[in-house]
Amino acid sequence: MPFHSHTLPNGLQLIGETSPAARSVAVGFFVRTGSRDETPAESGVSHFLEHMMFKGTERRSAEDVNLDFDRIGANYNAYTSEENTVYYAALLPEYLSQGVDILADILRPSLRADDFDMEKKVILEEIEMYEDQPGSVAWDRARRLYYANHPLGNSVLGTKESVGALTPEQMRGYFTRRYAANNIVVSVAGNFDWPRFVELIAAKCAHWNTDTVGRSQRTEWRGEPALHVLTREKVQQEYAMMMCGGPPAHSRLRYAADALALAVGDDGGSRLYWALVDPGHADSADCSYVENDGNGAVYVSLSGEPEATEDNIARAQQVLAEVQAGGITAEELHQAKSKILSRVVRGSERPMGRMQAIAAAWTYTGEYRDVDTELANFEAVTLADVRAYLDAYPIDKQTVVAFGKLKEVCGVTGTPV
Amino acid sequence: MGQQVYQHTFANGLVLLAERMDHVRSAAFNFLVPAGCAFDPAGHGGAASVLAGLITRGAGARGSRELSLALDNLGVDSDESVGAVNMRFWGSTLARNVPAALDIYADILLRPHLPEEELEPVVALAIQDIQSLEDAPQSKVMVELRKRYYPPPMNKDRRGTVAELEALTIGAVRAVHASRFRPNGTILSVAGNVEWEPLKEQVGRLFGDWKPGATDDATPQPHVPQSAHIHKDTSQTQIALAYPSVTITDPDFYHARAAVSVLSGGMSSRLFTEVREKRGLCYSVYATHESLKTQGSVLAYAGTRAERAQETLDVTLNELRRLKDGISDDELDRVKAGLKSSLIMQEESTSARAGAIATDWYYLNRVRSFDEIQAIIDGLTPAKILAHLERHPVKNVTLVTLGPKPLEVKE
Repeated sequence: MPFHSHTLPNGLQLIGETSPAARSVAVGFFVRTGSRDETPAESGVSHFLEHMMFKGTERRSAEDVNLDFDRIGANYNAYTSEENTVYYAALLPEYLSQGVDILADILRPSLRADDFDMEKKVILEEIEMYEDQPGSVAWDRARRLYYANHPLGNSVLGTKESVGALTPEQMRGYFTRRYAANNIVVSVAGNFDWPRFVELIAAKCAHWNTDTVGRSQRTEWRGEPALHVLTREKVQQEYAMMMCGGPPAHSRLRYAADALALAVGDDGGSRLYWALVDPGHADSADCSYVENDGNGAVYVSLSGEPEATEDNIARAQQVLAEVQAGGITAEELHQAKSKILSRVVRGSERPMGRMQAIAAAWTYTGEYRDVDTELANFEAVTLADVRAYLDAYPIDKQTVVAFGKLKEVCGVTGTPV
Repeated sequence: MGQQVYQHTFANGLVLLAERMDHVRSAAFNFLVPAGCAFDPAGHGGAASVLAGLITRGAGARGSRELSLALDNLGVDSDESVGAVNMRFWGSTLARNVPAALDIYADILLRPHLPEEELEPVVALAIQDIQSLEDAPQSKVMVELRKRYYPPPMNKDRRGTVAELEALTIGAVRAVHASRFRPNGTILSVAGNVEWEPLKEQVGRLFGDWKPGATDDATPQPHVPQSAHIHKDTSQTQIALAYPSVTITDPDFYHARAAVSVLSGGMSSRLFTEVREKRGLCYSVYATHESLKTQGSVLAYAGTRAERAQETLDVTLNELRRLKDGISDDELDRVKAGLKSSLIMQEESTSARAGAIATDWYYLNRVRSFDEIQAIIDGLTPAKILAHLERHPVKNVTLVTLGPKPLEVKE
């Protein structure tokens, strides 16, 4: 697939992969900012701002933004993570210029005070919604405990108190600091013409400000092996989360980490599946590798009946200890690669999938990786690579957090939450 | 570009559908077997779900682990799900691995071991599935709505009850397989980079000897829908409601679908605008059209804090009711743009197309072409949609709420 890149004088980076057989084109603005870039007083502002970006500009009211996207049948939305805030749209090719016009326009929002107050209510509802979903609350709390003072443990949503106290001025300050052109990558994939796309973006975005942007604590983090128990009596199942360090996104070891996580804890046919789910001990038992800017982690997640929790944690720890000591077999590595091959190929068939994949690779490593390169990177993983990864990032030194109705787990008394 | 859709009905009644998509490297397949939870025998709720959990634990010459490994080596992502009428087996992988995957699925459907020693763990997982619903109030309220809104047996919950699951025997589960798995009524659809003739030949070889069985359908019993409040100590109140509409086979279907899109299509649609954007009442609000062969319905959902729940319900119902008072050309143009765009983008997804052609065949006994659907969309007018709403007004609303306090439907 032909790849293109370009940088505007203000530092805005453009990347694109053309695929003439595609029926659509996907465009995304990747802003390198998220909850890890917030001060404690700003907790939740990245996500709140993401909502406010749809609330209008000098040229458009909030209603106009939604109307204009819907008039071209765009499939559009946005999301916020610990370190990225992404605005995207999938479009029919004939609507590319209108789509770019709306996306570029909303990236310079008015942030009007009355819209701010109205949207704050929606955010508070969203926080309440997740409060009723223990699986979600549990992870928010668990990451804070694991990361201690490292900003990667910051909550994306924030709390009712932190969001409640936010002011439009704080949000404007954060916006100016983080949404400078040189902190944004525009990614496009599918059926489109590159020179025309560069013209469209330049016409809309060349005047955006440049600023000193950066990020503190782009350092690797490993939490302390420990067990924390959080007690909330009205929760039905007990959730157990286990976290340890992993290679950062730019490390070559990430491929070995990804393959190993699949062999250990894919939702079927993995070590944790056979030890916990197949025999009916746990409702779910998953392992995943999480890549971040300058950091990485491996998360294991269990859920099941409260009475089974202690045994299930012990079973999972035994699996992790066995893998740490003996690695995985050649057969397991082969199965993991087969799954990855299939998932990468299928995930890349829609322009939306490619637009996200090339942006992630570019943001973290400054490289373009086409589908075949990415597949070759996984194919090249050897058992020796897996060993080297495990030696560098042991998976049996876990911070464990239990969340649910249990008042005590393995002798540790729960803290009410 | 021309669509390449193929269909064949084998002598035993099995329907094979395929759509060739030569711009991709993968393919998805989808079996619909008429063995949904509506057919769970009395007192054996959850039997179809347990069967779906057990059926992949060994089949043909392979034991449970060997079967799992074989699918993993082919890179097959798969899922079994139980609907009211059909049990669905979905799989997706590289196109070149599809023939080997279908060989394995012939074993799973026709020659499962259904081993007795695996019943206990599968039942344990099914019981945990019921418990996990308590931690997912948004899902729970929809489950509780369907139980009360739909007539028996369409209102059965695939999960059954803990007591029913604990009493389930291996004989009862095997009986469901023996009585409900049959080629007549089963649809296999494949979409992706596949060749029709070799596929047809292979499916004929794998499933040609499958013996037809009884063809009873799930027949709805007389029923009066019941509204209810379910008390739960949650931060938000979950609001779910349903009322009658038309089925997919009805000439009025696209009018009903467009009406729901005016309410809940893109972010400029009425519910999102009035309930969330203008009033900040909730994070999530939507309406959707749902069709069984025997009845069509509009379902709506909103979740909000208890003190604002009655207002959220009032505003939502008001929007549903006042739709019949008028729809602007601009609103309908946006609906058309959204429908057209999803129709075209569906062509980029093998899973979406495998699902769509199977669904079409299940309801209509044929696959609609893009041109046909596009012509229907182009022919929509505000007047036709309003006439539909006159014939099918918002009435007999069934309301189910979950949270600290009950709400009322104000006329």
